[in-house]
Amino acid sequence: MIFVTVGTQLPFDRLLAAIDDWAFANPGEQIIAQTGVTTVSSPRIDARPFVDGSTFRELVQQADVLVAHAGMGSILTAVEFAKPVIVMPRRADLGEHRNDHQLATVQNLAHLSNLEIVQDAQTLSSVLDKQLGAGPLEKLREGISDGHRRLVGEISNFIAGGSLGGTLTFGEA
Amino acid sequence: MKRKINTAKKHRVLAVASGGGHWVQLLRLRPAFANSNVHFATVDPKAKAQVAPAPFYTFKDANRDTKLKLMLSALQIAVIVLRVRPHVVISTGAAPGYLAIRMAKLIGARTMFIDSIANANELSLSAHLAKRHADKLVTQWPSVAEKTGANFIGSVL
Repeated sequence: MIFVTVGTQLPFDRLLAAIDDWAFANPGEQIIAQTGVTTVSSPRIDARPFVDGSTFRELVQQADVLVAHAGMGSILTAVEFAKPVIVMPRRADLGEHRNDHQLATVQNLAHLSNLEIVQDAQTLSSVLDKQLGAGPLEKLREGISDGHRRLVGEISNFIAGGSLGGTLTFGEA
Repeated sequence: MKRKINTAKKHRVLAVASGGGHWVQLLRLRPAFANSNVHFATVDPKAKAQVAPAPFYTFKDANRDTKLKLMLSALQIAVIVLRVRPHVVISTGAAPGYLAIRMAKLIGARTMFIDSIANANELSLSAHLAKRHADKLVTQWPSVAEKTGANFIGSVL
């Protein structure tokens, strides 16, 4: 199953149309899409404007490949489940976002082994073919990365560092 | 009559984030709350199952584009802060995290704002606002730390 997600803030018809074109050429593959507001409508896509958090996680877990805009929620969920994710960033010049922060996001995440970045429909199509033909991707990372461990440790220290007196004002008569 | 608090030896932590990636990133910080009495607050009621049995609160989603909603959101967050009376507030943004930190400072809590990993080139507006109020402002990118003076420690990935 291919799970496509574009978030809920703004339409991303360019991505959904590209998926529909691929589906037309590759019948038989189940496609579920969280579409937000869109003008793209297709019998080949199980379209759901909004998907709640736990359903989203289930769909990511069930998916063979995730296709997403460069939204951190999508990418981080994909990373958490070590799923292959194909990312197409929204472009401000096409009215797909207010700014190009999604381009910055993907540039900085390009090192992730489960992530492929595409800028157009043609590349999306060929990467999708490749991903579905390939075996399961090597698990991204075992356990927690060094950077993640450092951040968690620092927060834990920050919490433990202060007094317990401050705001514990109840417990009185 | 005295009220017994069985968690009195632990720090009470309010972990707060708006939806989407902010919440996902907050969840990835959960190991940091292992030794504390953590309360979660976010926008999606269905997120409760992800952190159960921890105490869980919701507030209305808002961003800087919707001033009226932001005011409602602020009121709800104030109520949550007063109910939880946290020693520490940890937020992964966005605007509601900043609001929670400002309010928690008023009751003497220590606060940390962790900017989203999505802000790879500059601090978010919420992080900018939080800079003057949070005890610790954290970015997940070294380059942003160099530019802004925020702390880089690591990331949720």
